Amino acid sequence: MGVLVGKNSKVIVQGFTGSEGTFHATQMIDYGTNVVGGVTPGKGGSLHLDRPVFNTVSDAVKTTGADVSIIFVPAAFAADAIMEAADAGIKVIVCITEGIPVKDMVNAKEYIKGKDCRLIGPNCPGVITAGEAKVGIMPGFVFIPGRIGIVSKSGTLTYEAADQIAKAGLGVSTAIGIGGDPIIGTTTREAVELLMNDPNTDGIVMIGEIGGTLEAEAARWIRENGNKKPVVGFIAGRTAPKGRTMGHAGAIVGGADDTAEAKMAIMRENGINVVESPAQIGKTMAEVMGKVTA
Amino acid sequence: MNLHEYQGKSILKKFGVAIQEGIVAETPEKAVAAAEELTKQTGTGWWVVKSQIHAGGRGKGKIVGTEQRGVALAKSLDDVKQISSNILGNVLVTLQTGEKGKKVNKVLVAQDVYYPGAEKPAEFYMSVLLNRGRGRNIIMYSPQGGMDIESVAEETPELIFTEEIDPRVGLRDFQCRRIAFNLGLSGESYKNMVKFVASLYKAYESIDASMFEINPVLKTSDSKIIAVDAKVTVDGNGLMRHPDIAEMRDTTEEDPTEVEAGSYGLNYVKLDGNVGCMVNGAGLAMATMDIIKLAGGDPANFLDVGGTANAARVEQAFRIILRDSNVKAILVNIFGGIVRCDRVAQGIVDAYKNIGDIKIPIIVRLQGTNAEKKKKIINESGLKVFSAIQLQEAADLVKDVVKG
Repeated sequence: MGVLVGKNSKVIVQGFTGSEGTFHATQMIDYGTNVVGGVTPGKGGSLHLDRPVFNTVSDAVKTTGADVSIIFVPAAFAADAIMEAADAGIKVIVCITEGIPVKDMVNAKEYIKGKDCRLIGPNCPGVITAGEAKVGIMPGFVFIPGRIGIVSKSGTLTYEAADQIAKAGLGVSTAIGIGGDPIIGTTTREAVELLMNDPNTDGIVMIGEIGGTLEAEAARWIRENGNKKPVVGFIAGRTAPKGRTMGHAGAIVGGADDTAEAKMAIMRENGINVVESPAQIGKTMAEVMGKVTA
Repeated sequence: MNLHEYQGKSILKKFGVAIQEGIVAETPEKAVAAAEELTKQTGTGWWVVKSQIHAGGRGKGKIVGTEQRGVALAKSLDDVKQISSNILGNVLVTLQTGEKGKKVNKVLVAQDVYYPGAEKPAEFYMSVLLNRGRGRNIIMYSPQGGMDIESVAEETPELIFTEEIDPRVGLRDFQCRRIAFNLGLSGESYKNMVKFVASLYKAYESIDASMFEINPVLKTSDSKIIAVDAKVTVDGNGLMRHPDIAEMRDTTEEDPTEVEAGSYGLNYVKLDGNVGCMVNGAGLAMATMDIIKLAGGDPANFLDVGGTANAARVEQAFRIILRDSNVKAILVNIFGGIVRCDRVAQGIVDAYKNIGDIKIPIIVRLQGTNAEKKKKIINESGLKVFSAIQLQEAADLVKDVVKG
């Protein structure tokens, strides 16, 4: 058992009957995730993938007791879907949708403040607790169950890290893809904190990229919190030019503090095992964990 | 998406922000006509000819090979004609354009707003943007206008003020008043500033902007508050609800190859190195560039082929990378995920055969479902392609290739 999602999670899919929703819901069910139904306004009362479809999230929650939602709603309506999930009492809201206008996220983030819920994403691969529940779009087979947590802004780089961890003879507790947008629900620090407090996680991989200050904040928190578990860190984008957005809306070097070098330096100062090459994540984690257990 | 000054100002005007008026022109003749028309409309006696490019520092920048500044005051219609013919069709180099500079296709002929009067004109700085950490918009402003705000932040940080906007209630009147008072205004100019700030924020919110930077905001000698410049960036994700603003995109300001790549669903950024790369996912793409550098090469590009790397996209991506004659090798790094690796591998082999005659080595690293099967497909294709499964293997192959 890791954090956020597990075998006891009751998951609904918002945008259930669309092509993305259908494809990934099928994959999630195949992985063993307890998908209890979905929401598509206007299609309530029907069945999809042998599960009930509801018109509203609150109907779905009332009937199924769902506590986790994954959102595949198109960008123009996704912020509304986040707010609907929060309003209905969903505890963990995972928003996969890419391309949500920043203005919508400013409002959605404000709306969920103070509510008893946690938003992951948007524009993220989701969350997976290996061997228990996949609430995301990641390839499940890469995530071998184990005791290493992963926090990452990037999708494929998360898979890369999970794969290396498996090859290094370790496995994953929970991997949290926080997303690469300028406004996200759960920050690097918050995700790291969840894993630091998780009794089933012994070590953490923290993967960031250029732009913003999330990794620096997380690194400082890790030190203030007493470096309780070993952390291996990597920042993508050392070779990215200044002032150009590199794929993710949030990945842009503005000032001196959000370059990869600056972030890596701050991480090192705060006791994180920073790898120069993304090919060394698994190997380094194995070395660090070896020291801890030895 | 960036807008030109004249486009930004047209938006500001629509939302009731007072601006330095101007008319855009593509030829010296039209510039003269614009100047005459502007005088009719505003009574201006002099004009300012302003190069329209997506870069700052235009006033200090020079047209290549000449002493012509990118922004110049014209005191006669002959001046307007001379200055605009010096500028139009030529390349302007500023601190922000880099050495290559940018070709100027349009000038904005604007009214002279520094006319003498009862009061001394004063310049301020104002911008609206997102504070990412807080997830809220802020208005940043300073009485030190007309200069580079980064130097102000460095030399006199106490002269930079901010107002954070609570999304639940929006920008409040008291905040506008505080801004006007902090800028040392009173009387008529104070009232005009309050209105200026409120209208500016309304424009920012209404068009899904991610930045409005007005530098300088001018207090004229007759106490008007006007935007003399406008640097506007629009949130690309918001364009779906603003077709009028989407139409303002000026692709001549962008790298033509990047524009073309975008039309195929590829996210491509051209760089100056010698090893091309093709990757799925932005984070892994940046990480792959870093690996190229660590292996002794220099990345020639950033290229994210997206989540579904199908054969057609892979082929277009190859064609775009191969156009760059500096590229001595290509590293393909696809983490298959749900996409089956053997299909991607087949796509690469097909693309390779379709393009024909690829002279440079290609290193293909495919990981994920059916990775072994794909390695077989690549290795048995008879092509000059090196195959890898682990990222470190790929890095080592790049090292070998770069060494030659």
